[in-house]
Amino acid sequence: MCGHCGCGDETAATVLNLETGKQRTVKRNEREHDHAHAHGHLHHHDQSHSHDHDCRHEHGHADGARHEHSLSHVHGGAPPADQVLTLEAQVLAKNDAIAERNRAWLKGREILTLNLVSSPGAGKTTLLERTIRDLRDELGLCVVEGDQATARDGERIRAAGAPVVQVNTGAGCHLDAEMVARGLRELKPLPGAVVMIENVGNLICPALFDLGERAKIVILSVTEGDDKPLKYPHMFKAAELMVLNKMDLLPYVDFDPARALANALQVNPSIGSIRLSARTGEGLDAWYGWLRDERARVRDLAFT
Amino acid sequence: MHELGVTQNIVAIVGEAAKGRRVTRVTLEVGKLSGVMGDAIAFCFDVIAKDAGLDGATLEILEIDGRACCEICGLEFYAETLFAPCPCGSHRLRRISGEELIVKSIEMAEAA
Repeated sequence: MCGHCGCGDETAATVLNLETGKQRTVKRNEREHDHAHAHGHLHHHDQSHSHDHDCRHEHGHADGARHEHSLSHVHGGAPPADQVLTLEAQVLAKNDAIAERNRAWLKGREILTLNLVSSPGAGKTTLLERTIRDLRDELGLCVVEGDQATARDGERIRAAGAPVVQVNTGAGCHLDAEMVARGLRELKPLPGAVVMIENVGNLICPALFDLGERAKIVILSVTEGDDKPLKYPHMFKAAELMVLNKMDLLPYVDFDPARALANALQVNPSIGSIRLSARTGEGLDAWYGWLRDERARVRDLAFT
Repeated sequence: MHELGVTQNIVAIVGEAAKGRRVTRVTLEVGKLSGVMGDAIAFCFDVIAKDAGLDGATLEILEIDGRACCEICGLEFYAETLFAPCPCGSHRLRRISGEELIVKSIEMAEAA
């Protein structure tokens, strides 16, 4: 078990379609076949070929490092007692490859996909409920809801009026690209839709796992510390937009929104920010404007 | 931080490359700004390696310093944190190193 967040996955992740009640287990090929097919998708293994399915990461090195492929040079020469095999394999290549597949699928359908991340309790679900009630028909909103356990948030989203698939990560502390792929397969978003992925409440782990989204949106509520961007820099660096939520509570807390933004800009000079209260509705116009602009951009960019 | 899942990926990559041969050493590059802790990977590796036929393999972790290049003044400098500014004060940086998470190489006992 992970010493930091309790992350593990002895318990398989599940995808529950709240429309049909159908539940599936997210299976991973490397666990089914141990090490034989570590790349985890349709792939007939050919000993002589060179893994072109993951080439973006296993072969393409941004630093231009010379790369000897593992499969091509194990033979030849007098073998020493131990053989050294140069791999230069990106550890997260498999997740990244699935994320790119998700992204291409979504882009071709002009679907805007956003990955909502925050600490537990920052108000992701409440913001989604409110957004769904106000923009459901205009934006075609639907939701992939991630939680470690229970369909409680999924039920809330469904009650607000949007199609939703609940992914339970089991012992896992974040959604990964395969879970989202399975979620999308159940959700079947229509072309032009807006898919909101509500990640597991966690400011650490989800930063590292690309899901195929167009952007990560980090939600920080004023009941938290305004130094969180510095304490959890990976997440604020990965996000395009920071939503400061629960602004209606500002008079009662020590949170300084200007300081929070200054801290976020230190980590990520290009991060945008919006102040709002999902409960009172204050500031929602800016949030809705941002969503409309992003959706227009996705429609302009399809097949470019 | 999710080191168990990360380590499972590492073990899968190694297992595929080893094709059943006995692995004696695995060398990893872990950037100091990668968000992944080497100690936690080492802990998870001991647990997972046993189940994956990598029993007895030594894990070597090469920590890579964070380096960045300032997009304003062009200086290349060590960055201790993700948000360490350039000495000129700029936060507009291009990361040169420190975010690696790479299975560099493996060593195997010669197969019969």
